[in-house]
Amino acid sequence: MSNVVFIGIAVLVVVSAFFVVTSRNLVHSAVALMGTLFGVAGLYVFLHADFLAAVQVLIYVGGILVLIIFGVMLTNKIATPVLIQTSMPNRFFAAVVVLLIFVGLTIIAFRTPWHERIAAPSEGTVTTIGNALMTRYLLHFEVAGILLLLALLGAAYLSRRERG
Amino acid sequence: MDSLQSYLVLSAILFCFGLYAVMTRRNGVAILMGIELILNSANLNLVAFNRFGDLSESLPGHVFALFVIIMAAAEAAVALAIIINLYKTFHTVNVDEAQEMKG
Repeated sequence: MSNVVFIGIAVLVVVSAFFVVTSRNLVHSAVALMGTLFGVAGLYVFLHADFLAAVQVLIYVGGILVLIIFGVMLTNKIATPVLIQTSMPNRFFAAVVVLLIFVGLTIIAFRTPWHERIAAPSEGTVTTIGNALMTRYLLHFEVAGILLLLALLGAAYLSRRERG
Repeated sequence: MDSLQSYLVLSAILFCFGLYAVMTRRNGVAILMGIELILNSANLNLVAFNRFGDLSESLPGHVFALFVIIMAAAEAAVALAIIINLYKTFHTVNVDEAQEMKG
């Protein structure tokens, strides 16, 4: 049963990622990206990362994807089909390079003797992550807050209306 | 099916699709989608190694993935502001047509 669900999620991720990359309509790409992000959240659940799955749905699907769709709407005329791919030889070489990288990564994944030690699934990761963020990773946490503030200010400054 | 290798192959597929999008798309927003795919594949790797490397006491992979998500949110906001500015200036978001500074 679990295997069937895993394969289903994996197929969802791969197929929707394929549509993200190949679709000629950017809105279709964005909707396919939603499928990919939900699928990755499902994979997080399989990996016992409950907090990360929730964060993935909240921030990626609820935040970043909405931002991307806003970007598509603001910069595109939806009715007119747009030429969004590069020329054919360019695409061919890109496909060759990407295939080579994929083969290399797969060989590494299967040839390397990983030291696998599967832990017993703990009940919930929220407490552990919260403790780690407030003790060991406190500085990183604060720097991330400053980064978000700067990104907010920078985005607001960049996209403001010019005066005069 | 629930093995480390299956997650690694899945994340390799995601990475390759993202890289292909970055290399072949002309539209800035579509390139941004490719970058999101790449970041997701990296996150998937981090969480998979956290699970199969028995790091469930301190969860460093999860914390790292969390910071990647934070960075992705900041990056998406700034990138979209830049793309909207590009559209206002050049009336296109195709990155190969905005080449005013090209010698």
